[in-house]
Order: sequence, then structure tokens, then C-alpha cells
Amino acid sequence: MLLKITTTHQPASDLSFLLHKHPGKLQSVALSNGVAHIFYPEVSDEKCTAALLLDIDPVGLVRRAGNSGPDFALAHYVNDRPYVASSFLSTAIAKAFSTAMNGKCNNRPELVGIVMPFEVHIAVVPSPSGGAMLIRKLFEPLGYTVTLKQHTLDSKFEVWRDSKYFTLTLAGSMRLKELLTHLYVLIPVLDNEKHYWVSEHEVEKLLEKGEGWLKDHPEKEQITRRYLKGIGALTRSALGVLLEEDTPAKATDENIADEATMQRETLHYKRLREVMQELIRSGAHSVVDLGCGDGKLLKMLLKEKQFENILGVDVSYRELEKAMDRLDYHTLPPRQKERIKLTQGALTYRDDRLKGFDAAAIVEVIEHLDTDRLEAFERSVFEFAKPGVVVLTTPNQEYNKFFETMGKDTMRHTDHRFEWTRIEFETWANGVADRNFYRVTFKAIGEEDEQAGAPSQMAVFTKNNDKQ
Amino acid sequence: MKNIAIPELSLVALIGISGSGKSTFARKNFRETEILSSDRCRAIVSDDENNQAATNDAFEVLHYIAAKRLKNGLLTVIDATNIQSGSRASLIRLAKEYHTIPVAIVLDVPEEVCVERNRNRADRNFGSHVIAQQRSQLRRSIKKLKEEGFRHIYILRSAEEIDNAAIAREKLYNDKKHIAGPFDIISDIHGCFLELTELLDKLGYTIQATIPTRTNFGFDVTPPEGRTAIFLGDLVDRGPDSPAVLRLVMSMVNAGVAYCVPGNHDMKLHKHLSGKSVVLKHGLEMTVEQLKNETPEFISDVKEFLNALVSHYVFDSGKLVVAHAGLREEMQGRGSGAVRSFAMYGETTGEIDEFGLPVRYNWASEYRGKAMVVYGHTPVPEPQWLNHTIDIDTGCVFGGKLTALCYPEEDIVSVAAKEVYYIPSRPIDFELEVSKLNLQQQHDDILDIKDVTGKRIISTRLRNTVTVNEENAIAALEVMSRFAVNPKWLIYLPPTMSPSETSLLEDYLEHPLESFDYFRRQGISKVVCEQKHMGSRAIVVIGKDAIAIRNRFGIKHEGIGICYTRTGRNFFNDAVLERHFLERLNDALSKSNFWEEFNTDWVCLDAELMPWSVKAQALLKDQYAAVGSSASAALADVVETLSHTTQRHVEGIDELLNKYRSKQGLIEQYIHAYQEYCWPVSSVNDLKLAPFHILATEGAVHVDKDHAWHMSTIQSICHADPDFLLATPYQIVDVNDELAIQSVIDSWLTLTQNGGEGIVIKPYDFISNGKKGLVQPAVKCRGKEYLRIIYGPEYTLPENMVRLKKRGVSAKRSLALREFALGIEALERFVKKEPLRKVHECVFGVLALESEDIDPRL
Repeated sequence: MLLKITTTHQPASDLSFLLHKHPGKLQSVALSNGVAHIFYPEVSDEKCTAALLLDIDPVGLVRRAGNSGPDFALAHYVNDRPYVASSFLSTAIAKAFSTAMNGKCNNRPELVGIVMPFEVHIAVVPSPSGGAMLIRKLFEPLGYTVTLKQHTLDSKFEVWRDSKYFTLTLAGSMRLKELLTHLYVLIPVLDNEKHYWVSEHEVEKLLEKGEGWLKDHPEKEQITRRYLKGIGALTRSALGVLLEEDTPAKATDENIADEATMQRETLHYKRLREVMQELIRSGAHSVVDLGCGDGKLLKMLLKEKQFENILGVDVSYRELEKAMDRLDYHTLPPRQKERIKLTQGALTYRDDRLKGFDAAAIVEVIEHLDTDRLEAFERSVFEFAKPGVVVLTTPNQEYNKFFETMGKDTMRHTDHRFEWTRIEFETWANGVADRNFYRVTFKAIGEEDEQAGAPSQMAVFTKNNDKQ
Repeated sequence: MKNIAIPELSLVALIGISGSGKSTFARKNFRETEILSSDRCRAIVSDDENNQAATNDAFEVLHYIAAKRLKNGLLTVIDATNIQSGSRASLIRLAKEYHTIPVAIVLDVPEEVCVERNRNRADRNFGSHVIAQQRSQLRRSIKKLKEEGFRHIYILRSAEEIDNAAIAREKLYNDKKHIAGPFDIISDIHGCFLELTELLDKLGYTIQATIPTRTNFGFDVTPPEGRTAIFLGDLVDRGPDSPAVLRLVMSMVNAGVAYCVPGNHDMKLHKHLSGKSVVLKHGLEMTVEQLKNETPEFISDVKEFLNALVSHYVFDSGKLVVAHAGLREEMQGRGSGAVRSFAMYGETTGEIDEFGLPVRYNWASEYRGKAMVVYGHTPVPEPQWLNHTIDIDTGCVFGGKLTALCYPEEDIVSVAAKEVYYIPSRPIDFELEVSKLNLQQQHDDILDIKDVTGKRIISTRLRNTVTVNEENAIAALEVMSRFAVNPKWLIYLPPTMSPSETSLLEDYLEHPLESFDYFRRQGISKVVCEQKHMGSRAIVVIGKDAIAIRNRFGIKHEGIGICYTRTGRNFFNDAVLERHFLERLNDALSKSNFWEEFNTDWVCLDAELMPWSVKAQALLKDQYAAVGSSASAALADVVETLSHTTQRHVEGIDELLNKYRSKQGLIEQYIHAYQEYCWPVSSVNDLKLAPFHILATEGAVHVDKDHAWHMSTIQSICHADPDFLLATPYQIVDVNDELAIQSVIDSWLTLTQNGGEGIVIKPYDFISNGKKGLVQPAVKCRGKEYLRIIYGPEYTLPENMVRLKKRGVSAKRSLALREFALGIEALERFVKKEPLRKVHECVFGVLALESEDIDPRL
């Protein structure tokens, strides 16, 4: 909420010309959700400091958001928005210092090109997952010396430890225009909340403000991704209201490097290909994807002519909407559309709509169920739906030790209720097969370690036809 | 006048050529909504009632509507020529599908009359040859009607006959809705005469032998005052004295002290007695042998008696259905071959088991009907309720027992078999496994998704119906299936609670005055003011021990109880802490003699569990503490910078500094507010539970007791462990007593200034009806400082207060009442031992309603 820019360029008071703001006045500009004040705490020939103070109206923020339903997580009526540097600060910079950021200075044009020593002070920046590391990775490549002061969450409860908030000081020499564009782009990048702007224009703005430095920045991918985060976000549904206190599932490893994300994606596709192979081999014509999520497998199934009747089921309506998007469901040609349906369902309830399929795929689903609900799951799938073949996968817990970023005793996903070793999985699956007249075989998915096995494990259940 | 008697529920086909007066006849004799006219359907689909090209579409519509009407049990008249056997066949099929009786009424009017009538209608200008053709088709049709399956056929041969005909609607034989009982229902006697008389004696019936006559077969039976017996068939075969059983039952039925429906064995005997070829096995050979010495008159009477038996009966305004092998909902009160067959044989899967017997399909597991169904046919070790049905054949002839179900008391009375009279081909396990869940509990292990999805309208005792919209059910399904505990635990979810109306006082958003005003306006004079604890809402279901939980809740291996949140999630993530918590509560309940006093081995408590931080840790850290941390760090910086700037004497800086200093102060107050509700929890010793409602125990939902009872009863439990259980301070107040109100306000101010959350004001009676119906079960009034964590640190600034005061509580209050009604309904259904789906429907409804878009700050 507070940005201070100090220079020791001689004479330091040149800063006020560059910023195009009178050093002897308190000036204010209106923002959509508040006011930005500009003043100079210090003006001398040796040192000049300009301050930009944001006064965000928390009540107005909520009220306006309530009507238009933008992308904020604003059911939180009490939040850090008025107190942190966020996209609001970027907007304020653009508004208060527009001439400087555009590299103009009508009275003293020669100042624009001068490299000056600057010190920037920001109170406070949030750095949710990458912490100090992320801040350094963003600013150091641009030539700043970064000094950080991390704040505790609550002085009374030390066990709650540090907060995600830092007071940030940057020191470096550059042109003012560069400094301002760096701040304009990188402050929102640090902020994990949705940016209030996100519109299609932002792509252009980013390119414009990042001109001359972004394309050479080693973190340019991350910067772009985080800056543009939230574009195409779904509007808040009734579910959103409910889930707020329920903390929607988040991958624990949000902070781990992109490389790991890529690895995970690769593993997932590998898993899906294996599942596809099993389904094709089973000779099934009708397939139900139980827990279809955003429809990756459905899309693959749709490409195989063998599958004439495909049903995607997920408990999350939002995931189903994503799946529809992925499949371009509403514009599928009629013959294609005839082959596939999507519906909301929960695997702990019996459901007659799931009856009569040749095969079912249950990919990375059971670990999202509490263990005491597995019995209901088993009955719903194996006793009532009774597909001819069930292809089921789940993580192999033994392999977790190879994921370096994972903490001890943690799971791959915060919503996982358990992760099984191979023995645990096989014991369960054999029991299921026995109780429900199926045969079961097992398969490893992904690169196998001699001791720990593969990252993921698969069971293929086949219904015995001689009984029941 | 010709009397045309038709069953109340029938499909009436009017048959007659064009111009024979069908539509006029229909209008005269039936309600407009009962008549489906093919001409009208042609018009509906094509705007032209004579458009022959639209005939197929028209009949599709007609059949569709007819099917809906028959499904709903409504008499339906088809006004079409129906002179072709093909069109009649489709009507017969329809009647059969819905187990209704097909009736044909033929209007056979002389041709000239029809020609003349058609001539007078501009739109019917087809030639007389068409009429002639139709006429000859009709002639041929009349002969075939009986064979086609029409059960009643009436032919009206002239215009006069048609004019004078009068329709008389007759009840079906199975309709005994006007008879309410009480009844004693006995099934599958199978010739066990001694056991039968013993059972009747036990039930209070006096049996005296008399000299047989043609209407009394040797017994005079006097039932207990007002009671009637019902025999569910299989009177004969396998047992030692089938003739005596027949004599007794026939005497009772003839004397009007009993009803009887046929069993499969009875019908086989009837077949045999009627001279049809029947294989003498499965015990029939014994009956035939036993009947050898009977007189031909008696044999003839038996035959007549069996022949007159009606497949099933519907009693007591439709609340009770009896049939030998049970009856699906859509067959109840209907008549067709399929109904009769189902009532006697039940349903089979078509497979044969290892004993060579047909595999029975348990129709009761899918039964959803409102009527209680009592049946027999399949021997079971113990009668068990399943979805409001009960099989009372306890295999007497196989050495089990003979059982009676008393209706409406639902008492079960049995006498043991004196010996094993017959060895069953499929062994019956009379030794019930003690650890096994009962049938209903096994069935309830898995719920059906169709009982929760889509738009639902739920009937509740407190508020007629509550509607749950589809989009809200969608949201609830995800939460319920991903996060909620085993649905068998979820017998209640608490309603949301509305705050008092926004205060008129300048400095307050909420103040007790408005709460009292609300109750006064509703005409409620006595209220209870309870301190509102700031923790997390917790519903505790706890048993005396794990066995109690298994027996009553059908939950195995999940301990002695559970504590869940207002959205049905497990309160504890830490299984050890949960166990200690439940054990500690269990100890306190035992120590205070709770189980004995309430004659129960389980209880459901509504409570607040402290500290807030134990459940809301993530929320506190990620949101409340985060705001405090970022704000105090940033504001300190701002204040320092502004102070520094004041030396430069820039206009406006001083004001800005003051503004930010005050923000700083507000943040400190905010941090202090949430800190009050947090303390570290390392063991159960750090937890505090404040119960405020004893919701339910075995056989009782305690909403009939006032809040003073709840509070004082809970106080005595709290005495058993005051370190762990917190008795809530409360005051009973007359809302018209100014002094009392002032004292509540004073204590509210003291409480909230010292960090208390606020108070809850409830009508004295748990369920109160005021001038406009159901009154809010509770209204909360939160303190000024507490509201800082809800509305933001700076909410008290005048410019914010003015805006925040524009809030309305009516949507929240409507929601609270709907959820309250559903929550209590869930408890009442559970206590009445209804199937889990009935309880779950209500609980699911509460969760769904919670997803309605209402300002969460209220």
C-alpha cells in the first residue's frame, strides 16, 4: 500500500521533474476502488524520496465486486487487499506516474535517459508460495539488490510462524521508466490473488510494459503465466459460495518449479495412455469414465472409433464444465455428440445411470475418498454399476521418496486422503475382486524403481461370467 | 335406465362409429379431465381435428397422457372410434401396464342416425360408404371384445339406451381404505393349528368350539375390543392340520372378525379341488390326505372360500397394504393378472438356486411407497423392517415360530413352533448372527443418487414443504460426497442463524433492542438469552458404547460416536484427539446418569466447541492473522513515513497521518478480537465443549421441551466435568419488561467489551409459532468488537458504517426457517426409524440450501 522511491542522483530533486509531481504538495488521484496519494517525505539535493500511498476502500471493494461478480475471491469480506502491494498498486503507478512510465518529461527531456541510483521501498508485498526466493528470482536478474524483511503472522501465537508478507527494498541504478515498468509488471506477479484487471487487453499491456527487459528475463515464463492468471476464469457459482470454507483442492507443490509440473503432466498422460490401451484391449464399446475431471481421458476416448458410447461422470460441476470446454461439447458434430454424455455423479451413491457399461475407467479417484467411504464406493461400482472391466489407478506411495520437493509424511495432493503402497493397494483390490466376482491383474505405470516400484499403479478388474 | 357399473380405476374405451355420439356420451357421464379425445389430440398436434395425416402423432399424445393418468391412479376415458382391434389392443396393453381394468362401452347406434348426424356437421362430409364400412367393422369387433381382454363390456344399442345410461363407479374389492384397524396380522400358518390358536390366545382372542354350520365351520372367535385379524395366506400344506386351520380362518372371515388374502399354496389347493391337474408335492399331498375325511360340503365351501379371496387389501386410508408375498407400490390398490400373481408369488430373478428353487428378487429393497406393506411367503429368522415393509413369515412349519404384527402399534408377538413339521429345501438360519446389521441398516449402507439430485420438494412437519433447487443440490452433492462423514452419522444439520435487524443506534450494527423487537412483533413474550460462545458449531452424536452405535446407527468400526461440523465434515482431523474427546464426553454422560435418566444408549447434542482455532486454524492463519500481519506491518511503515513528512509542512499530511494512526488503532483492536478466540490445543484438556441443545435420544426428539429445560439439563451434565464441559450462562426474559431488557443490554455490553462474541435470543419454547407462522428458532446479536472480524477492521468508521447498515435479514431468516424445519424433520425421521434415505434427504437439503447466495457476514 506504500511505495517509496528514493534517489541520490545529484541533484536528487530532479526526481520530482521526472515524476511530474510537485514536491511541495500532497496530490491525490482517484482510483476505481480508492485514492492514491503522492507526496515527498524528503526533498533535498542529496536525497529525494517520493511516496505513493494507496488508500483502498475495503467496503467499496466488496460492494462493487458483489454486483459485477469479478474474479476476486471476495466472499472474503475481510482481506489483505487494502494493505498489500497488488495489481492496485500497478494501476496507481500507471495513473500517478503515467508520463514517467511512458518515458516523457516535457520540461526536462534530457532527464529521461539518465541512469540514476534508486532505492525502492514497498510495504508490503505478499509472496505466497515462493517466499523470499521468488522475490529474488524476479528482481535480481534486473540488477537490483534485494533486501527483505519477513513479518510474523501473529506475535501472540508464535507457532503460527512467519507470514507470507515482506517489506521489500530494492536498490539499483537504472532509468526511472525502467524501474516503474518493472514494478508495474512484477508486483502483481508476486500476488497470488486474482488480479482485478485480467482482460484480454492485459496481454498487450504486458508486452508493452515488458518491452526491452521481459524477453531476456530468465523467469519470463513464470512472469507471464502469473501476470495473466485468471483470464477465462469461471464465474462464481453457488458452489463457489459453499466451497469457500472448504478450501478447494490445491496441489501442495504449487511452489515447485515448472519442471516438476511438467513431469507430473507427463506422468498423467502416460497413465492415461496406459488406461486407454487397457480399455481398447478389453474390446469394450461402451465406457464410463468415473471421476472424469476436466475430460483429458474423454477426449482420448472420443478419438477411438471402438468406443460408441462414452459417459463422463464427475462430482464437481466445475470440472464437468471444463471437460465440456475441452471437448467443445456444444459444437461437436451431431454424430460425435451422440457418442458422449457428461453427467454429475458421486461414487459413494448407487446410480442406475452407470449400469450396463462394458468398461469403466477410474483414474486417480479412490485416493480422494475417505477410507471409510471405500465400502460405499466398492458397492456402487462393483455391486450396482457392474461394468465388464474396471481399469483403476492410484498413486504408489512407495515412490514418493523420489519427489524431492515433497515433505515427509505429506501426500501428492492436499485432497488425497491416503496413498497406498503396492501391497496395500493389491490387498484392497484382491478383496474387491473376491467379494464381487471379478478377476484382477496389476500393472505399474511410469518408470519403475527396483525397490519402490513405479510412480503410479493400476488394477484391471474383469468380471467373471461364470458366476452372477 | 341402464346401469353401467365400472371399477373406480379403469381405462374406459368408448367404441362406436363416427356420429354415434361418443363425445356427447362422454361429456355427459365423465369429468372433462377424464376424457381423452382423438379428435382433440389431432387438433393439438395439427390445429385440425379432422386431419387424418396427424393420426399417428395424435395417438402418441393420447397414449402418453393416458399413461400418465393411469400411473397416477385416475380413471381415463378414450373417446375414439376404437373399431379396429389394433387400436383396442394398444389400450389393453396400456391398461395392463398400469394394472388397471379395461372396460368397453359400445355405442351401437343405427347407421342412418350416424349418417344424419354427420351430414349436419360441415367438417364431417365424408360419404355414407365410410359409415357403412365402420359399421361392419364395429359388428365384427363386438364379438371379439371379451377375448381381447376387456373385463367389463357394455353395449348400448339405441340412442335412447345411450341417453338413459348411468355410470356407477364401484370400488375395487381390494379397497378397504375406510377400515383403519387395529389389526393383528398373521402369515404362513401352513396347517400349524396349535400354534395358531396359541398365538390368537396370546393376542387376546377367545376361541370357542361350536357346532359347525354352513356359515360357521366350528369356531366362535371373539377378538379383543375393536381388533380384527388378517391372515396373509398359505393357510395350508406341510403342517399337521390344514383342515382345522381352514375351519378356524373361514369361521373368522365369515363372522367378520378376520380378513384373508390368498397364498400360493392356497391357490394350488384350489386348483386341485377344482379338478385341475396339479402335482401333489411341496406339502400339498399332506393337505389332500388330511382333507380326505372331510365332507363334500366342506370341501365345496373351502373351494368357494379360496375362490373368493382377493389378491391383496389396502386399509386405513392407504396406509397399510397386506399381501401374501408383498406388493410393489405401483400395484397397490390395482387389479390385473400381474398384481394377483405378484401378490401371491412375489418377484423372482428367473434364476434357479443350488436347491432348485427360484431365486427371489427382494422387491422390498427398492420399495419407496408411503404405505406400510406387511407380507410373508419367504421364511426369515426374525421379522425386520426394510423401507417400511416387513416380512412376518418366521417359518413356523419349519420349526421357527408363528408371528403376528399388531397394527398400528407395530408390536411383534410370536409363539414358538412345537416341532419341526417339515424340512425346508433351502435351510433357514434361525440363529441370527448377533453382530450383523439389520436388513434396513445393510440396505442403508449405500444410498441412491436419485434420492438427492434434481429439484426436490421435501415435506416437513414444521413447515409443510421445503423446496431444494437443482443447482443447490448439485453444489451439495459435491460437498456431501467429497467431505462429509458417513451419511449414517448425519441425522441432523443445524440451521443458519440470522442476526437481529440492523441497529438504529448510530454506533452499532447489531444491538439487542432489535432482537427483542422482533420477538415482540411476533407476539412472543418469553425469550431465553444465552451467551454465544465463539468457537465452532459442533454436532455430537455419541453412543454409550460402540455396540449401541452399531445397533442403532448401523455403523461398524467407527468408534463410539462422532463430532461433525455444520456442513457435515468430521470436526477432528486428528483421530486420537477425536477419540479422547468422545471418551471424555462419554464419561461425563455416564457419570451424570444420562443414559439411565433418558433411557437411551445414544444422544445427539448441538454444541459449540472451543477454541475457534482448533477447527478454523487454516482460516485464521490464511485470512484473519494474515490481514492483521500485513496491515500492522504496512500501517507502521505508512505512519512512520507520514510522521517523517510532517517536518516538511506539506498541507494535508497531518490529516493523512491522523487517518492512518486511527487505522493503526483499529487494526490492533481487530487483532485483539480474533486473538480472544484462539489458544493452542495439544490435548483434549485444551478443548471446551458448550452443549446447548439435547436434540435427540432413543425414541425422542426433544424439541417439545423449552430452552430452560435444555439449559438446566445440560448444566447437570456439565457438573460431571466442569473443566471440559461449559454450562452456558442464560437469562429468561419477558420482552415487555423494560428493566429486564436493560439488564440484558448491560450484560451484553460488558460481555462484548470483554471479548465475548455476543448473545443468542431464542423463544422460550423450542418450536414457537407467532403471528406469521413459525418464529426464528434463534436470533443472534453480536458484539461490536467481534463484528470487526466479520466486517473488517475499519467497519466502525462512520463512512463505512453508513454503507454497511444497508443490509437486510429477510433472506437469511427465510433460509433459517427452512433449514430449521429440515433439520428437525431429519431428527424426527431418524427417531421414527425411517430408512436412511428419508433422513438423508433432509440433511442433504440443509446442505443444499446453505449454498444459496446469501451474504455470509450475516
